[in-house]
Amino acid sequence: MKDIDAIAMLQDPVRRRLYEYVAAQGREVGRNEAAEAAGVARTLAAHHLDRLTEAGLLESGSRRLTGRSGPGAGRPAKVYTRARTERSVSLPARDYLTAAELLAEAAEEAGLDAVLRAAAGRRGEALRGSAAPCGGLEEAMEMLADRGYEPYLEGGEGGEDAGGAEGDQGVDGAGAVTGAAARVVRMRNCPFHAVAEHFPPLVCGMNLALLEGLFGVDGSVRARMDARPGECCVVIETSKNNER
Amino acid sequence: MTASAHAAHLAQLNVATLLHPFDDPRMAPFVEMLDPVNAAADGAPGFVWRLVEEGAADATGLRPAGEDVVVNLSVWQTQEALWDFSYRSGHLEVMRRRREWFERHVQAHLVLWWVPAGHRPTVAEALERLTDLRAHGPSPRAFTFASAYTAAEAAQHLQAGPPAQPEEAARSAGPVPTVPAGETR
Repeated sequence: MKDIDAIAMLQDPVRRRLYEYVAAQGREVGRNEAAEAAGVARTLAAHHLDRLTEAGLLESGSRRLTGRSGPGAGRPAKVYTRARTERSVSLPARDYLTAAELLAEAAEEAGLDAVLRAAAGRRGEALRGSAAPCGGLEEAMEMLADRGYEPYLEGGEGGEDAGGAEGDQGVDGAGAVTGAAARVVRMRNCPFHAVAEHFPPLVCGMNLALLEGLFGVDGSVRARMDARPGECCVVIETSKNNER
Repeated sequence: MTASAHAAHLAQLNVATLLHPFDDPRMAPFVEMLDPVNAAADGAPGFVWRLVEEGAADATGLRPAGEDVVVNLSVWQTQEALWDFSYRSGHLEVMRRRREWFERHVQAHLVLWWVPAGHRPTVAEALERLTDLRAHGPSPRAFTFASAYTAAEAAQHLQAGPPAQPEEAARSAGPVPTVPAGETR
């Protein structure tokens, strides 16, 4: 399916809600759960989820949602995750990705990391504009969501490894954050993914500088590089967690 | 472990020319990151082996490629495992700051190649692969992240035997993979 057709699939509001819900979970989502989240009947959700899968916007698999396996564990259920394929449409046709890759390649060859980081830092500051320094993680999440980072809060208990988002309760924008201090904002999406894959140190360094500019260095939150597979390379944490 | 699932492992060598001697204060941030990053490598999914100098925790004391050139030689189960460690772990921070500590290399300074599972590549073997990459560009014998070959392609290629030695290839090959991914340039 062509990108423009796939994207047009999201015009349907129910389909769009289902897609956005699945995408936001960052894990496999069953039909019942998706139906409930979108506020529609299970059969309707199943229909739309399968249409989204056909369009290549979601991927489906089957899992035993009970977490058990072997005989007696129950029938496998159909589950959905967001497809990793990137879709974009430009009208008229433009090709900024090729431009970005060529510029990145030239910057890499010329060793322009520092220059690029300086420019990214200035851009981040400009994006923040005259707004006061970011007040906290909640506000940081809004700013990041606006820029396509798909932020989520990773919770406390000094957990080195929370073992995947599975058990974590979602964070409602409105909900106050409670609990342990070691909370950080992580990001499911890298807005620069395609270039970052080809030029990781250069582009990830640029991304960090951009976010440093966006959040400032004297505010209550700060950006730090903490890369892990499948996510953006940066985390945002409250500055009090660290000296500074 | 699924050792039998991986008949071939991916070896990688990268070389980096120091801007300052190792005990120079300007190198301190790099030196401080060595132990934690190496420990992260040892515990990373898909990690198989890395070169370590006898009696040391790493290979930075070995200088087989020149007095001021540190080498990094390791083996991984898959290319994805190596990529994730290189660019999606604490190692990325070292890469991000590479220009503070290392010279920019004009030639390729990272090379990947497939080895039989269980094989521990020697430094000489690794440097040979780098020379191959620099001379001939990426091939199933010696490649980069951006121009990778599968283990199957490499196996097929091996049966065909090595190519002739074009002396001037290094110069005339034009875009010898200046390709950035995976480089400490």
